[in-house]
Amino acid sequence: MNATLEQIKQEILSGAEEIKSSKEAYEFRKKFLDGKSGKIGLLMREMKNIPPEQRADYGKGVNELKEWAMGIISELDAKMKAKELQERYEAEKIDISLPAQRSEQGNLHPITLIRNQLIDIFAGMGFEIFEGTEIETDYYNFTALNTPQDHPARDMQDTFYLSPEFLLRTQTSAGQIHVMENKKPPIKILSPGKVFRSDDDATHSPMFTQMEGLVVDKGITLCDLQGMLDVFVKKIYGENTKTRLRPSYFPFTEPSVEVDCSCFECGGKGCKLCKGTGWIEILGAGVVNNKVLENCGIDPNEYSGFAFGIGIERTAMLKYGINNIKLLFESDLRVLKQLND
Amino acid sequence: MITPLSWLKEYVDIDVTPQELQDKLFSCGFEVEELYEVGKDISKVVVGEVLTCDAIPETHLHVCQVDCGEHGQFQICCGADNVAAGGKFPVALVGATVYATAKDHKTVEGVMTIGKGKLRGYESHGMLCSGVELGVSENMYPGAGYNGLLVLPEDAQVGADVKPMLGLDDWIFDIAITANRPDCQSILGIAREVAAVLEKELKMPDLSYTEVEAEIDGFTVTVDCPDLCPRYSAHYVTDVTIGESPLWMKRRLALVGIDAISNVVDITNYILKELGQPMHAFDLSTLEGNAIKVRRAENGEKITTLDEQELTLTDANMVICDGVKPVALAGVMGGLNSEIRETTSAVLFESAKFARDNIRRTSRALGKRSDSSARYEKGVDEYSTVMALERALHLIEELGCGKVGRTHADVNTGNSVQPREVKVSITKVNNCLGIVVPNEEIMRIMTNLALYPSIDGDILTISVPAYREDIVTYQDVAEEVIRMYGYEHVVPAFMPAAQVTIGGLNLEQKSELRLKNALCSIGAYEGIHYSFFSPSDLDLLRLPEDAPERKAIRIMNPISEELSLMRTTLAASMINAVVRNQKKGNMEGRIFEIGNVFLPYELPLTRYPDEKARLCVGIFGEKESFYTMKGIAEKVAETLQVSFTYEAMQNTFLHPYQTARVLCEGKEVGYFGKLAYDIADECDLRIPVYLMELDLKVLSAWYGKKPVFTPLPKFPEEQRDLALVVSKEITCGEIEAVMKDACKYITKISLFDIYEGEQVAADKKSMAFTVVFTPKDEAFTTESVDAFVKKILKQLNKNCGAELRS
Repeated sequence: MNATLEQIKQEILSGAEEIKSSKEAYEFRKKFLDGKSGKIGLLMREMKNIPPEQRADYGKGVNELKEWAMGIISELDAKMKAKELQERYEAEKIDISLPAQRSEQGNLHPITLIRNQLIDIFAGMGFEIFEGTEIETDYYNFTALNTPQDHPARDMQDTFYLSPEFLLRTQTSAGQIHVMENKKPPIKILSPGKVFRSDDDATHSPMFTQMEGLVVDKGITLCDLQGMLDVFVKKIYGENTKTRLRPSYFPFTEPSVEVDCSCFECGGKGCKLCKGTGWIEILGAGVVNNKVLENCGIDPNEYSGFAFGIGIERTAMLKYGINNIKLLFESDLRVLKQLND
Repeated sequence: MITPLSWLKEYVDIDVTPQELQDKLFSCGFEVEELYEVGKDISKVVVGEVLTCDAIPETHLHVCQVDCGEHGQFQICCGADNVAAGGKFPVALVGATVYATAKDHKTVEGVMTIGKGKLRGYESHGMLCSGVELGVSENMYPGAGYNGLLVLPEDAQVGADVKPMLGLDDWIFDIAITANRPDCQSILGIAREVAAVLEKELKMPDLSYTEVEAEIDGFTVTVDCPDLCPRYSAHYVTDVTIGESPLWMKRRLALVGIDAISNVVDITNYILKELGQPMHAFDLSTLEGNAIKVRRAENGEKITTLDEQELTLTDANMVICDGVKPVALAGVMGGLNSEIRETTSAVLFESAKFARDNIRRTSRALGKRSDSSARYEKGVDEYSTVMALERALHLIEELGCGKVGRTHADVNTGNSVQPREVKVSITKVNNCLGIVVPNEEIMRIMTNLALYPSIDGDILTISVPAYREDIVTYQDVAEEVIRMYGYEHVVPAFMPAAQVTIGGLNLEQKSELRLKNALCSIGAYEGIHYSFFSPSDLDLLRLPEDAPERKAIRIMNPISEELSLMRTTLAASMINAVVRNQKKGNMEGRIFEIGNVFLPYELPLTRYPDEKARLCVGIFGEKESFYTMKGIAEKVAETLQVSFTYEAMQNTFLHPYQTARVLCEGKEVGYFGKLAYDIADECDLRIPVYLMELDLKVLSAWYGKKPVFTPLPKFPEEQRDLALVVSKEITCGEIEAVMKDACKYITKISLFDIYEGEQVAADKKSMAFTVVFTPKDEAFTTESVDAFVKKILKQLNKNCGAELRS
């Protein structure tokens, strides 16, 4: 009996040295410890054939062997697994300095970026967004805006005509009239869109983008225009930016102003960007001309308003330092990829 | 508006610096676009007296000793033929700046700095200057045009700066005039504003003259088209002696860029600048029939203008005729037949108001511009028309070049040239501005503007001169007040009286923004292209003659043929964008654009066209395929919360077998596919390109709705994998359609494997799908799902010949 146990013990000891993998360790475990077929398992099954008086000793001997074998084989198994894990890692050694693989993130066009920023600012002040049509009639683009056929202000803009009546809008102000015809005050709208003028050089493109704002309500004054512009300019160009109004002329506003903001490059000291003046022209604005209100059926004795128009390309070019407006319409990925804001 | 400071000073005492005046003008609405000293490029040039002048042998040069007073005495070499001892000339000292001239001694080639030099062994410490080298013309200073040294007067003080005596210390203001202030298109107009802003008196030009007993017998003026010519004034001048104008007039004209011609012509040009009124002078001896007649031209009528060009006119043009023939193209240019010549002895002056629009159209249609037409295009007032004629007669006397006769005509439509009374409510003025301007300030401002104000209670009464056609309402008065009071008085407010509005993007606008962001997230960059394109783009797309895209709206006056049609598709601009990128070495990329197409209902337009937003996506690169583009389509659908189906289609610019029509709820919304190879070759595109165009206006019927929550299914979903063997022609879409048709519980079908090869027959393929069944009212049992599968397989077998793969 003891000889049998000793023989199995020796068999395990010598066999263990041959084990090279966790799979072999598993087979090895089965060979000795499987309840049905393992060598130690079979010894356990022999128990019933052992005379009762010897059973205690037999059982103790077999159990000791089993405990011992489990310890040896588990240790062996753990060692094999550790070895194999290490080998697996080794096999997967890589050059971490190789280039990254990444999915590209595109970005919005700079005009859309500026447009979204402006929409965010004005939406917070209660402005709705209204997008008019690019093709307009002479009436909505000029006549209703107090610019009748013979008006000198028509010379200010070189208009693309599609027929004697239809044209490409030269200003988003055309949308004002549609809104005022269809909506009673209070009106607060922001009207972004493409506009067209027959102009073509480094700072002028035949198509560009404007954002028109219009407020019509009771008691609106020039002071409200100044107040709103102050907020807008601080939000887009920074807390310390100042605004300056100076007289100008648009047929649809009276008084009309040109709005300058303190140069965001030099803070007003004078630099190349502001041509040494300390100020940068950013938009045109004014109190809505009563004739325009009347043209839309709004009583100027009851209501008043202000309007402003911002050139988006100019804002984008100033903000990102883009030197040629054409770059904005060429979809050159080398340009677009740079302008992620 | 080019305005010399010296000329302004004729009418206003200006006691501020040019820079201060610039700021003042700026603050009251007149932006000085450029301010410069006439002699800005000239420095350190003084009066020198040549003490000795010795010829350098075998050259045309002289070596001179020149006394420059306080600056010292210098040896200077000089090549001019009029250098002589005892003469006084401008000396550019060492370090001076003057104009460099070409070999002809006339053409200015830039500015140079004078250094010490050595000519033929003689040292030269400076340069004796010609008029050209100092930028002074004959009209600015007599003798300055001579091709040699500019001779200074004998009494010039040696060593003194030459700039004041040559008029080079004058300043030029180039002032931007807004379209509402045509009255400021003149030196006097600017002077009025300067007087107002400096609170100085305005000195009016002298209009006095004395008539002599001379008349044109039976002279008549008739105006046949008073709508185009509301006022026509004429006056007779006799005993005319044509000659040169005096220096002061020639100099002023030179400063504003006009060449002196002869006294009578110079007077008309002088008045154009001084008062902003175009004038014309006819040689009276050439006028037949003792009459002037203003009328529309006849169609086909011809006139030869004084630049010797023959023009053919239409009835849209206006002509001035004598009793027989046209003698001037009204407002644009005089006729050659009646121009002032050296022999002219009697003159008829014309001062008229012509309709600005008529002159503008005539000038553009005939391609003929003049200072006169440019001025008329901006609008001339009748006040100046009347005044200008008087001023011309005064100048005739002042210059002593003729005698003012008695014959005078003034045909008008009854428009008053007297001031208008305008009454406005001060409260309304203040309410418009949002501040209270003190009454005394309003009075002061209105007085300075020569509006002769008075205030009675709330009513401000002003007397508006006829040249201020822009002042009519209280808003106009508010503008006058605030531009003079100062915009710095405006106090920022935030619509205290206004009602609260909600604002923000609507759902459709939000969806479009989300769509743009989603496309960015898959590596696409947003592009924006022109709304117009080229007829050749339609050819590039191989569109047949009757294709709807060819029915594009044409711009009547395009910048070029390339930008002459309104887009009917975004595809061409996208192809061009990809071409530009590949040319610049960008060999892969994704670009998208959301832009409008313009589809007319009829041409020419009689109503607004269908203007609708489309999404166009262009992708290119070796990694791109039909299926990556299909993935982008799916991304779009997912973002807009719609679902797309696809069917094979063909169009003229895409691959015949790699193009899909995109449908949303059975309605066509666009297409995508691979760019046709012949087009790619034509554009020299080396990398494959895929295009997609979706109609967002059609799609917007489904998207932009408020999100609605769908409760999660109560019962668990079941999933089965089905491997089918089908003939190679059968498409995935056909199988999916049959499956969906066979069982209403299918919520998702996804293909996970396709196999062609040894294990299936040569004309067959194996396709493996995962099918998801979602229960509705009760849970599925194994048997119920088995039954679905059985039915599906039966239908697949019937419709597609599909067998379950064993």
